[in-house]
Amino acid sequence: MTSPSNEGAVALRLKNVTKIFGGVTALDAVNFDVKAGEVHCLAGENGCGKSTLIKIVTGVYTPEEGAEIEIFGELQNNITPTHARSLGIAVIWQDLSLFPHMSVAENICFDEMVGHTPKFVTTTSMNTKAAEVLARLGVSLDLDQRLNTLLIAQRQIVAIARSLMGETKLIFMDEPTASLTQTETDKLLEIVRNLSSQGVAIVFVSHRLAEVLDISSRVTVVRDGKLVGVYSTKGMTQAHLGELMTGTKLENQVVRATDHTASRPVLEIDGLSHYGEFEDVSFKIHAGEVVGLTGLIGAGRTELAHAIIGMTKLDKGTIKLDGNVTNFKSIRDAIKLGVAYVSEDRLSLGLIQPQSIADNTSISVLDKILNKLGLFSTFKKDALVDKWIKDLAVKIGQPEDPVSTLSGGNQQRVVLSKWLATEPKLLILDSPTVGVDVGARAGIFKIVRELANQGLAILLISDEVSEVLFNSDRILHMESGRIINQYNPNEVTIDNLEKQIYA
Amino acid sequence: MISLAKSFNKIFGNETLPLIGFLFFIVAVFAIATPKFLSAANFGSIAFQLPVLGLLTLAMLVPILSGGLNLAIIFTANLSGLAFAWTLIQFGGPDAGWVAFALGFMFALVVGALSGLVMGFVVAYIGAHPILVSLAMMIFLRGLGEFLTRGSDISGFPEYMNYIGHGSFLGIPIPLIIFIIVAIICHIMLKKTKHGFSVYMLGSNIEAAEYSGLHTKRTLTLLYTISGVICAIAGVLMAARFNSVRVGHGEALLLVTVLACFLGGVDPFGGFGRVLPVVIALVILQVLSSGLNLLGANQHLSTAVWGLFLIGVMALRWIAGNLPKFIKWKE
Repeated sequence: MTSPSNEGAVALRLKNVTKIFGGVTALDAVNFDVKAGEVHCLAGENGCGKSTLIKIVTGVYTPEEGAEIEIFGELQNNITPTHARSLGIAVIWQDLSLFPHMSVAENICFDEMVGHTPKFVTTTSMNTKAAEVLARLGVSLDLDQRLNTLLIAQRQIVAIARSLMGETKLIFMDEPTASLTQTETDKLLEIVRNLSSQGVAIVFVSHRLAEVLDISSRVTVVRDGKLVGVYSTKGMTQAHLGELMTGTKLENQVVRATDHTASRPVLEIDGLSHYGEFEDVSFKIHAGEVVGLTGLIGAGRTELAHAIIGMTKLDKGTIKLDGNVTNFKSIRDAIKLGVAYVSEDRLSLGLIQPQSIADNTSISVLDKILNKLGLFSTFKKDALVDKWIKDLAVKIGQPEDPVSTLSGGNQQRVVLSKWLATEPKLLILDSPTVGVDVGARAGIFKIVRELANQGLAILLISDEVSEVLFNSDRILHMESGRIINQYNPNEVTIDNLEKQIYA
Repeated sequence: MISLAKSFNKIFGNETLPLIGFLFFIVAVFAIATPKFLSAANFGSIAFQLPVLGLLTLAMLVPILSGGLNLAIIFTANLSGLAFAWTLIQFGGPDAGWVAFALGFMFALVVGALSGLVMGFVVAYIGAHPILVSLAMMIFLRGLGEFLTRGSDISGFPEYMNYIGHGSFLGIPIPLIIFIIVAIICHIMLKKTKHGFSVYMLGSNIEAAEYSGLHTKRTLTLLYTISGVICAIAGVLMAARFNSVRVGHGEALLLVTVLACFLGGVDPFGGFGRVLPVVIALVILQVLSSGLNLLGANQHLSTAVWGLFLIGVMALRWIAGNLPKFIKWKE
């Protein structure tokens, strides 16, 4: 790695930054600094003030008086978003803010095309520029392809390329790996390292602690709007970082697998095939057992789950529930017989985001809240919603509030409420902690373990190896549509398992 | 006072209170402007004019809540009216009895339901866009109706049709009674039944609704069928009000029904909206047009005022929605 000449120079220094929103202190006298060419991680739970901090640096919000913002050695007052951009600061938000119907090249060159002084753009010049930036990242993409036909990981790269146009020297990345698979993540981290060696400083915001420790040299932890501290990632453990972020000691992660194979099988899958997605899949889940299903994205895990709940037709094989062969024609049949499916896509499939918490909780059990006339009983509905909010300790304002107002962890609790209300025998959890805080994850898995103890059979699908290892009784490894291996969590180490899956 | 307004909003929806306030405001303005406004005759005429537009608006509301649209409401109503009139004429026109009425009404309902069912089925199972589907249905029904009637009026109804269209029961106009009953049924259907719940949920996110176990396809089919049935009731009432049936009657009302829904706070993208504020919005529109009429304004001018008024409401709503932001900005 060649050391850039300005190594050690300060790219960004914030001093005493406070931001108050209508009486709520979002940031409380926070200091923050990033060195040129450094990969710096900004860590903290949802709502801790990370986004507010980024928005202050980029001029979206104005901090309270007394704050000092120094960018590349110069004190800046009254930053505006355009100004921040011209100073070489870019932000890639989690939603990427790209244009789905425009081409790769158009997306990359967008800021140039609509700059202060409009000029004519030719496709050739645009393509040349876009190709240059992509070459700098060491990736190749079809420049004419429309953005919405790209994979999320590729869109992420387009967003990075776009942020690099101009003299960008500092990039904020907000949860860049949230929707990427492990392999894609590794690729992205490599790009980040590459940029850092070119002298671009990167502030990385992520929930995935392993990644944070892997990529960054220093980490700034923020909790409830206050600075906890700045730490070197050398010698830092995931557990310690998690504790710093949440302020509570997380339960030590230990393998708690027990053998349930002697209990009554709830789900028996035999020779299940849906050509092109998965083939000849057979396994059992017993009462009280948590079976982890892991493997790369695209291995057919979600497709298998969809087949179990009757969303796709099978080509071959049988599914037995409590010993009876099932033939689900729709998810409704599956729900009726006690199968619940927590989708990996909470935003667009798991919950109806704009609708209320109460409606989202009762949606799966409408028959239970009817009165004698067959109309909804407000009393029964309120009672049902109250019960689940209490049972799963969902933190909400009002049950009438849109479910979108909740944090990821609380949303996932609403999803669980909605399915547990159907009194399932089999619970399928598809990547249940995507976009959920570290602290909240532990809470979700505590619920999962309690449910298993009550006799539920649980299928836990996840591509985070540690999650599967610490929360399952048995681990199935799926690859290219087949289950190729089975592990006992007591007999494998995390490194070993990761090697098996990602090798 | 604030908590009172809050609990009111909780029961009747956030849109209702401002709309009622606005209704009182324009009633006061017209009352000052012209003494004729606060007369029994004027309110009577409003009460007789409102129901046809009101029924058609309810027929539009249900698909809009699901994130769709039914552009065929007017011609569904016309064709249902035609089926009704045809039955009466088969039974002797002016001499047709109540049995003929019952049969004709049933026939009208079947025609309306069938039109809705076909649209709903195509939207739900073929996945075509509701605008295209209902536009196609509208063109089909219009052509069919014009072919059957050769573009002429069908008239010659029995005396009781006059009573339905222009009579009163206990001092309340019969059309208004019909509208209120349908509106109450609609409200209960939307807010208190599984079907209504599903309409709102799929209006927000049809895929998530399906994944939650709702019968989204069945719901879509049913909701367009219900829309068609309401159109049929409107069609029969139109026959009674105009004492004739003609394909194209009420054509100008189509877009007014859409606007009445939006004025009543219905989300144009589906998922949110209630019957009561829409009904109040309808009353406001009717009061506006009859007030302007009494002031001697041209009827076309009152249509223009409706349009301006709706733009004004949207602007006001935007300001109200962004007010907290402005205040924060200043801080």
